[in-house]
Amino acid sequence: MLEILFWILSALAVIGGVAAISLRTPLYCALSLIVSFVSLAGLYFQLKAAFPGILQIMLYAGAIMVLVVFVIMFINLPEDEIDADERSRAGVLISLLFLVPLAALLIGVVWTSEMEPFEAVAADFGSIPVVGRELFTTWLYPFEVLSLLIVAAMVGAVVIAKKRLTDE
Amino acid sequence: MNDPRWFLTVAVILFTLGMAGFLIRRNLLVVLLSVELMLNAGALVLLTFARVWQDPGGHAFFFLVVALAAAESAVGLALIIAVFRLRRKIDSDDLAELEG
Repeated sequence: MLEILFWILSALAVIGGVAAISLRTPLYCALSLIVSFVSLAGLYFQLKAAFPGILQIMLYAGAIMVLVVFVIMFINLPEDEIDADERSRAGVLISLLFLVPLAALLIGVVWTSEMEPFEAVAADFGSIPVVGRELFTTWLYPFEVLSLLIVAAMVGAVVIAKKRLTDE
Repeated sequence: MNDPRWFLTVAVILFTLGMAGFLIRRNLLVVLLSVELMLNAGALVLLTFARVWQDPGGHAFFFLVVALAAAESAVGLALIIAVFRLRRKIDSDDLAELEG
């Protein structure tokens, strides 16, 4: 049962990813990426990571992708601009020439390495209290630095995106 | 699914897809989405090894990665809006002034 679920979820994640990089309209790309992210959240639940799974759905598939879709609506490209989004055949071939061996190499590394199958975990593994305790003890310093980064990104985003009054 | 290697394989495939989108597409929005896909592949690896070693540190770090992705996409989208204001299009091949 769990095995079938794994195959369905990973197939959905990969199909969503393929659609996200191959569809022409940016809005469709964003929507298929949401499909990919939600199925990834299912994979996280299979890894007994309940809190990250919820975070994935709420923050990634929810907040971040809504922001992206909002900007896509805001930009509203004309039709001929969307059609122009294609590399030459040679460019695509050359990038695939590098990427396919890279993927094959990484998958080869994964499958030649010895790895124990998953063992049973404690019932509260991945629950919010456990992750929170870890986050605010071991990872407290990165957490605080990250809050500074978020403030900087917020201010930066506003400054970069706001209309300059001196223009026009 | 008891073998962590299947999860890692999915992560590799997703990462390569994101890289392919990053290299092949010219629309800056889709390029940003490809970066998000690569970040998610990395997050899947983090959570897989958190499960293998039964260490909640991977989950905590996933939280940091998501917050980082939010900051990255906010700045990236702001940049895309700025480029669109300047050029009325968001084609990465158009932004080649630095080539000289």
